[in-house]
Amino acid sequence: MNTDLPTLPPGLSSLVRGGAPAAETAPVKLDVRDLNFYYGEKRALDGISMAIYAHRVTAFIGPSGCGKSTFLRTLNRMNDIIPGARVEGSVTIDGQDAYGPGVDVVSLRRQVGMVFQKSNPFPKSIFENVAYGLRINNLVQTKAELAARVEESLRAAAIWDEVKDRLNDSALALSGGQQQRLCIARALAIRPDILLMDEPASALDPIATQRIEELVYDLKKDYTIVIVTHNMQQAARVSDYTAFFWLGRLVEYGRTDKIFTAPSEKLTEDYVTGRCG
Amino acid sequence: MSSRRAERVIEGLLFLCALVSVGTTAGIILVLSAETVAFFREVPILDFLTGTEWTPLFATQRFGVLPLVLGTVVVSVIALLVAVPTGLVSAIYLSEYAPDRVRRVVKPVLEILAGVPTVVYGYFALTFVTPTLQAWLPGLAGFNALSPGLVMGLMILPLVSSLSEDAMRAVPRGLREGAYALGATRMQTSWQVVVPAAFSGITAAVILAASRAIGETMIVAIAAGQQPRFTANPFVPIETMTAYIVQVSLGDTPQGTLEYRTIFAVGMLLFLMTFALNLLSGWLRARFREEYS
Amino acid sequence: MAVSLKASRSSAGRRRMDVVFQVAALAVLVAALAGLGALIGDVWRDGAGRLSWTFLTTFPSRRAEQAGIYHAIVGSLYVIALTAAMALPIGVASAVYLEEYGGRSRTARFIELNIANLAAVPSIIYGLLGLGLFVRALGMGRSVMAGAGTLALLALPVVILSTREALRTVPSTIREGSYALGATKWQTIWHQVLPMALPGILTGLILSLSRAIGETAPLITIGALTYIPFAPDSVWSAFTVLPIQIFNWVSRPQVAFKENAAAGILVLLALLLTMNALAIVVRDRFQRKGRP
Repeated sequence: MNTDLPTLPPGLSSLVRGGAPAAETAPVKLDVRDLNFYYGEKRALDGISMAIYAHRVTAFIGPSGCGKSTFLRTLNRMNDIIPGARVEGSVTIDGQDAYGPGVDVVSLRRQVGMVFQKSNPFPKSIFENVAYGLRINNLVQTKAELAARVEESLRAAAIWDEVKDRLNDSALALSGGQQQRLCIARALAIRPDILLMDEPASALDPIATQRIEELVYDLKKDYTIVIVTHNMQQAARVSDYTAFFWLGRLVEYGRTDKIFTAPSEKLTEDYVTGRCG
Repeated sequence: MSSRRAERVIEGLLFLCALVSVGTTAGIILVLSAETVAFFREVPILDFLTGTEWTPLFATQRFGVLPLVLGTVVVSVIALLVAVPTGLVSAIYLSEYAPDRVRRVVKPVLEILAGVPTVVYGYFALTFVTPTLQAWLPGLAGFNALSPGLVMGLMILPLVSSLSEDAMRAVPRGLREGAYALGATRMQTSWQVVVPAAFSGITAAVILAASRAIGETMIVAIAAGQQPRFTANPFVPIETMTAYIVQVSLGDTPQGTLEYRTIFAVGMLLFLMTFALNLLSGWLRARFREEYS
Repeated sequence: MAVSLKASRSSAGRRRMDVVFQVAALAVLVAALAGLGALIGDVWRDGAGRLSWTFLTTFPSRRAEQAGIYHAIVGSLYVIALTAAMALPIGVASAVYLEEYGGRSRTARFIELNIANLAAVPSIIYGLLGLGLFVRALGMGRSVMAGAGTLALLALPVVILSTREALRTVPSTIREGSYALGATKWQTIWHQVLPMALPGILTGLILSLSRAIGETAPLITIGALTYIPFAPDSVWSAFTVLPIQIFNWVSRPQVAFKENAAAGILVLLALLLTMNALAIVVRDRFQRKGRP
């Protein structure tokens, strides 16, 4: 089964296995063990194990096609909707198996929010975009409560001041950066525990990107954030932990400053210094 | 969990709706075969399939279906003789030559042709085409196979054209460029490279058009007549299978009689003929799609 | 040998063939267009004189000059509304099942194959089905209900195919965005996918209805009456429709009735034109909505 992937340098897999960075006081939010992922016959992720800490920002880096987005999408079972996709191993969230029997995918996704690479607002009003998750999950009882939660979410996503006077306008009339913050507000509205962000700033200009990064920094006191990025400076700026993926494997995982200044793997060093990938 | 059960129930309901179409096919087969079996209890199937006289509504009843089949075939062949060459030429032109501006005008016109109700075509055949043709062909009867055949050709031309064009457009660019690089003109490329490459797709289109022609009813019911004759002469009145069903439906033949069951027997034969053609066409199209994807 | 960019004799000949072909192709298209023009001109010449408010609002008569088409217009509208009411929910539900739930399962593929074949079954066969099923087995008689049921089955394949097409245009990112907010599959379909696909669905529906409204053979087969001196007042009453009335008039030898038929055709074509225009309006209207 390993034939799809080139072998890593000897000893590396055992090093990565269970790779819990030392000296962390925060509790483990997400614990992944020996995760394999297949698209049909093709193995896309190979033996991933890692612990993600509560109220920290964890960045996934690596060249395109290395599996970082695929891995992110296994954390809220977004890959379930892809035909032929298959997962082995375990993902536990607060001690509960996310892939166990009897798990309701829908309530899992309610607690693990997601923001996508390309902003995908619904073709409805700004207000309705944020209200949608609250409505379908029956999270509010009254209209006033709904309006309050929408405002709160838009404030949390730092877009309230820009849209408060035109909540009934189409979301599609917003700029790219605003749309992405609206999608963040939409995800925050249902108060998830964990927020997964799949290259949330890749389609944005530098100023919009900076706003998203500031937002990520602000949000971590309330949420556990996992962010996929192909931009290493961004990972260095926003994250507490960084995981480096290469060809479907987790090569190295540790505190961001250590990954960027003193990586223990040659491959990581080559990547973060721009010598490969 | 209740929301999960609700999801299951909804999926079940949607599935039931999807089954309506399967039920339709089953219903067609059941209704037709029930009456057809009853019909063949009284009329030997061989007499039906090989007899050349069809007089179920007369005192001396004969149940040979061949006159109706031949009438259907004559009209359909005339329609195909009109629609296939012109449809093919227009498909090649639209796919290989026509500038966008021309396509934007021509395609909607073809769509209009395809959308005209068949009863209107019938009126046109009877009151315009036949009298016009009679000026040139004095032997042409007021009801005949020629005029509805020609008009039916006009009706199925858009079908042949658009399906063939789709097939030609599916031919990869590389094949065309290969021909151009060898110094071929557009016409040589079209006829010698694109048409052969799209052959199974074009054949599928022609077969589907044939199936449509065989099943077409109102044009022939209005303009071809109601005289089941075993003849290939396109100038005299004939009757097609579909026109016969209309004729009996309009009359006051009591339900449950042998005469009444003839329409189901003829309908069964018509269904089997078109079904075979549709299957063949679908199989060719699937094969064509495999070749280029 | 030096390169020569001038046309050689043989290539000039081939190029001429190219031009000849284009002329021939244009001639074919012009001929088709002329056929359509002749058709419309013929109908207009015969029937325009008979068109009047009286013609539209009176009942048929044995005397051609006094005959009107009111009953057939009402009958057509009755039948088509009821057809839509049946074909839309069943067709959309089938399409949603096949596109969103069925996947590549064997059952779904069988249903798909079945629908593709149904789309090419001659309409008169549907008439025989309607006669056996609705008129006789279900005891509906020759009613509006039986006619609409028959036409709904006839329209179903087209409604399903066009709905599936419309569902396919909804980007997967919208579905993912909804799932990520904890929406169930049905919530996603109902709140996000169907509203986005609605213009395409409605356009397909209207176009398939405009085909159904011109259908004659299946309704004759189920026994829709060719002569009734009243308009339907319920779904269980007897009825006639425009194409059947036209057919009835065409089949009579008197010239005056042929004029009535032509006038009836003009009414039918106007109705079709209205429906097609409606389809375009619906599509444009929805497309503009929700877009900057």
